[in-house]
Amino acid sequence: MATPGLSKTQIAIVGGGPAGLCAGIVAARLGARVTLIDDNPRLGGQLIKQTHKFFGSKSHYCGTRGIDIAAILEKELLATGAEVVLNTTVIGHFQPKTLGLASPGQFFKLAYDRLIVATGATENNILFENNDLPGVYGAGAVQTLMNVYGIRPGQRVLMVGSGNIGLIVSYQLIQAGIDVAAVVEALPKIGGYHVHAAKLRRLGVPILTSHTIKSALGREYVTGAVICRVDRNFKPIAGTEKKLQVDVICLAVGLTPLVELLSQIGCYLVYIPELGGLIAWHDENLATSVPGVYVAGDVSGIEEASTAMLEGRIAGAHAFLSLGGQSSEAARIIHEAKKELASIRQGPFGQKAARGKKILPSLAKFSSKGQGVCLASEKQT
Amino acid sequence: MPRKTCKQPAARITSHPILQFPRGPELTFYFEGQPMKGFWGETIAAALVANGVKVFRHSERHKRPRGFFCAVGKCSSCLMIVDGRPNTMVCVEPLREGVRVERQQGRGKL
Repeated sequence: MATPGLSKTQIAIVGGGPAGLCAGIVAARLGARVTLIDDNPRLGGQLIKQTHKFFGSKSHYCGTRGIDIAAILEKELLATGAEVVLNTTVIGHFQPKTLGLASPGQFFKLAYDRLIVATGATENNILFENNDLPGVYGAGAVQTLMNVYGIRPGQRVLMVGSGNIGLIVSYQLIQAGIDVAAVVEALPKIGGYHVHAAKLRRLGVPILTSHTIKSALGREYVTGAVICRVDRNFKPIAGTEKKLQVDVICLAVGLTPLVELLSQIGCYLVYIPELGGLIAWHDENLATSVPGVYVAGDVSGIEEASTAMLEGRIAGAHAFLSLGGQSSEAARIIHEAKKELASIRQGPFGQKAARGKKILPSLAKFSSKGQGVCLASEKQT
Repeated sequence: MPRKTCKQPAARITSHPILQFPRGPELTFYFEGQPMKGFWGETIAAALVANGVKVFRHSERHKRPRGFFCAVGKCSSCLMIVDGRPNTMVCVEPLREGVRVERQQGRGKL
C-alpha cells in the first residue's frame, strides 16, 4: 500500500456545524491557515434542518431561521479561502499532532499546529419496552428526514420530551402535514419556551406533564404507544395507562457530547450532568487539558446553536493568538463573545449549562501533558 | 411547479409553508430485488422511508427489527447491505441509479 499523503495546516477544525464554522471564519479572517473537515456532503451541521427562527442574542442572527444561518456562515467561511474537506471522517489521532482522515476510498493524514474539535452531540434514547422498534426515532432524525429530504417519517407521532427541541419539532411535524397525538413530559412542567408550547396548544396538541412513555406497541415496527402518569419520583402510577395510536415515537430526551476523538487525543474528560455527561475539561478560552487542542459547541457541553457560535468564535480567535499572532482584533472578538455568552447563560434556559461550566475550574486536575492525575489528597488509603 | 405525473408515495412532502424540495433526477434502485423510485440527492434511508420501508435489518442475537434512529450517521442502527457491501450506514449513503439494497441479518459477511 502506498504511504498515505500528508498535508499540513495551522488550525484544523473537526466539524462544520455552527461552532466549527464560526471558529473557522474567525481564525481565517485573522490570518490563520484553516482546514475544516466534516463527514457530511455539505456544511452547516444540524442548522440545515432547523426551520425555526432563532431567539436570543441581539447580534447573533436573532429572527433568522437556522437553515439561513447555515447558508450565511458557509458563504462567510468560503470567502476567507479556508480549506474545506467534506465527505471526510476523522478516524484517528496520531502523534505528533496529526489527524487520520478517511473519505470514500482513501486515507490521508493532516498535520496541524492547533486543533478545534467541534463534533457536536448525538441523540439519547430512554428506557421503555420496545424502545428499539423501527418507528422510534430521534427528534433530530425526524427533522432531517422531513426538513432536509422532504419525507414524512409517518402519519401520527407521539413526542417524548417538552424541551425546546421536542416543542419545535412537534410544530415542524404539523407544518409537514403530520399529526402530533401528544407531547409527554416526565417533569411537572413544560421544559421549553412558553411561546413554542403555546403554538402547539393553539393547534390543539395536548402537552401532558408528569407523563411518560411506558411501551411501544408493534412487532416489526411501531403501531402504537402506551403512556402513563408518573409520580413526583418519576415512578409510573399504575392504572393511569393510556393507549395512543401512533406510527412514530419521537424522542427529544437530550443529547450526549461526541467526545471519542478528544478521548483518543488524551484530553482530560470530566463527567458533568448539567453539560450532558462526559466532556473534555476546558478553560474559559475553550482550551482543553492537552496543549493546542480546543473544543467548541455541543461537544464542550450541550447548549444551543447561539452559544455554539460564540464558543466557536472564542476558540478560533484564541487558537490564532496562541500561534504567536499579535492582534487586538482577536482579543476584542474573545472579549465580546464572552460577554454575550454570559448574558445568554443568565437566561432561564442557560442557567443549567452555566452551572456546569462554573464547576470546570475546580476540576483542573491534570499533568502538563494534559492527562488526568489523582491528587495525593484524594488517594484511597 | 411542474411535476411529473408518475404516482408518488404519500410520504413525500409536496407543499410546505417554509421549505421547498427541489428534487434531483428520478432514480431506480432495488430493495430486496424489488425496483423502487427515489431521487438524486437523497440518501438510501430517505428513499426507503419514502417507499414505506421501515425495517432495515435484524439484530444479531434476538433478531429484532431495526430501522434508522439518528439519520445523521452516528448511531449504526441503519446498517444494510449495499451492492453487496455489508454494514453500510444507509442514512448517510447517497442513493445511486441501480443500487441494490438488502436487509442485513446480524453481522455482515465479507
